[in-house]
Amino acid sequence: MSARRLLDKLWESHEILRREDGTSLLWVDRHLVHEGSHHAFAKIAERGVPVAEPGLTFGVADHYAPTRGKPATDAIARMIATLASNTDTHGITCFGLDDPRQGIVHVIGPEQGLTLPGLLINCGDSHTSTHGAFGALAFGIGATEVAHVLATQTVWQKKPKAMRIDVTGRLGPGVGAKDLALAWIAKLGADGARGHAIEYTGPAVRSLSMEGRMTLCNLSIEGGARFGMIAPDQVTFDYVKGRPFAPSGVDWERAVELWSELPSEADAIYDVSVSLDASEIAPIVTWGTTPEDALPVTATIPDPARMSGTAAERARNALEYMGLTPGRALKQIAVDQVFIGSCTNARIEDLRAAAAVLAGRRAKVPGIVSPGSQQVKAQAEAEGLDRIFIDAGLDWVGSGCSMCVAMNGDHVEPGKRCASTTNRNFRGRQGRGARTHLMSPAMVAAAAVTGHLTDVRELLRERVPA
Amino acid sequence: MRGWRRHSGVAIALDRENVDTDQLIPARFMSTPRAEGYGNFLLYDSRNDAYGQPVSDFPLNAVPNASVLISRRNFGSGSSREAAVYALVDFGIRVVIAPSFGDIFASNAVNNGLLPARVSSADADAAIRKLQKGPLDTTVDLLDRHIRLGKMAFDFTIDDVWQQKLINGWDDIDLTQNHKQAIAAFRAQHVQRMPWAIPVQQTNFRSAGRDTVSQ
Ligand code: SF4
Repeated sequence: MSARRLLDKLWESHEILRREDGTSLLWVDRHLVHEGSHHAFAKIAERGVPVAEPGLTFGVADHYAPTRGKPATDAIARMIATLASNTDTHGITCFGLDDPRQGIVHVIGPEQGLTLPGLLINCGDSHTSTHGAFGALAFGIGATEVAHVLATQTVWQKKPKAMRIDVTGRLGPGVGAKDLALAWIAKLGADGARGHAIEYTGPAVRSLSMEGRMTLCNLSIEGGARFGMIAPDQVTFDYVKGRPFAPSGVDWERAVELWSELPSEADAIYDVSVSLDASEIAPIVTWGTTPEDALPVTATIPDPARMSGTAAERARNALEYMGLTPGRALKQIAVDQVFIGSCTNARIEDLRAAAAVLAGRRAKVPGIVSPGSQQVKAQAEAEGLDRIFIDAGLDWVGSGCSMCVAMNGDHVEPGKRCASTTNRNFRGRQGRGARTHLMSPAMVAAAAVTGHLTDVRELLRERVPA
Repeated sequence: MRGWRRHSGVAIALDRENVDTDQLIPARFMSTPRAEGYGNFLLYDSRNDAYGQPVSDFPLNAVPNASVLISRRNFGSGSSREAAVYALVDFGIRVVIAPSFGDIFASNAVNNGLLPARVSSADADAAIRKLQKGPLDTTVDLLDRHIRLGKMAFDFTIDDVWQQKLINGWDDIDLTQNHKQAIAAFRAQHVQRMPWAIPVQQTNFRSAGRDTVSQ
């Protein structure tokens, strides 16, 4: 038998059966639902079937959660109320707006210890790949599939091909997981990993904290992969230990034993292998309307005249939407506002990285900082990070998806330009006509300080005592 | 969901790469109940100008009876929102043809009877160029995986399982109910192997021992 990979082990341990056509029926350990799951609840109501495993289902208000005061409109309030009543009807634990455990679904799963190595986790949200950072099989599903999981606690899925992204070397100062992710997406394209489950390996990945690993796995979907994962190790165990829903006592010992068997065997073969040298990666920003439109901040805005075929056409359209002139330095792009938040970059480490740049400085443009969860918020306040953001002139607000998806009323006005820690620079993602530049929290903080896209390494260098 | 084998209708082109699901349906429309219909939301910000006035030469506005949409690579990438498929289906689209699709979009499409037909980049390109002169009648044969567009003919690919699902109009929940016993047996051994598969704070649940698939 060939050497088994993390993907194989996770798959086998969840496969109930496999049909002749190769589709597997998989057991779902954790099913996370949010306001957007209303279609799925409506589907099971229509059939009159109950939720099969309310104890394995967890709800959270995040996509429509207000970050300031009350919900912005009645329609938004209704979405939150519908989630509360659906979860209540089916006896599902829900982290609602007034629950201190509330936050963005992909932040609170790990934070509460609901996300564990070796589990299969589903959520009706494409960034469910985030949980793969723990060595879990985690993937986003659509509403029909959410209804299926609600009704049966299982999901039909064809095993994806296995892809390895191996990162050698070390990330330089001011360069983080977000830059690493954007670097490979720029290299392989927004559909470069389509149909594949990515396993991230190599010393640069091993040396990332859990927060960094989550950022990396989170962005897998932006390169087309439904799954992103990292084999668990001591860093993982240290993070999980003692979390509210994590195993304890004898169970903990057994769990660590089992989890230690998850890593891929040394001579395992992948369908595709890609390798990257971390030391060559600079802080990265996006210039266009898909995450593959990403370049080192030191580069210039691409010139469609130097491209050919559909690439030229696409770049031209993207630059027109973004209001950018080819050939100019990316660092000359002035921004109107900044946003620090989302399941990609609103964990405590992200806020610390942004605060390190902003401490003792003023932002030239307005912006909001939305922590990934109420617990992250409380911890940041205990560390005094909120003062740094407020003193810099940014708004310190509540937790939710906020400007990542612009469903709760927070949005960027048409034509305005936002430096953002989120995951999608799609047309209209942050509001109709909004122009989004994706980058790391430290890079967003740097853009806030100077009012234009900036190489954060320059600001960090100023900090180094002579 | 009803199955189908062949579809004839009017084809239009959307000459763009990476038509993500945020474009297919902007987030602000997604709190609407499905019963109200999602067709008007399809590509809303491309179809309408900043004042909400329809852009008359946008393909969907120019050909409101279109039922086949041809586009470029990475169609339906991004968010898992099934509402993107609802918008297409409610508008009347039955087939989307492109060189590649976002994985979650494609499976959402099949779950709603919408065919994501994969074709070569060259065929997509030729078809889009043909459609620049105006809409064309087209026939899509799901059984033979074949498309006829005016005088042009080309093949598409689709996963075998998805083809069967579209033809038969299968519903996964019904299929899965047949495996109720296998699921219950799996659950028992799974939880024995890793008791933490049931979260510790849910103590009442571990002893509840009820069937996985009720009904
Ligand atoms: S923060 Fe953005 S990407 Fe993350 S779950 Fe919310 S909407 Fe989705």
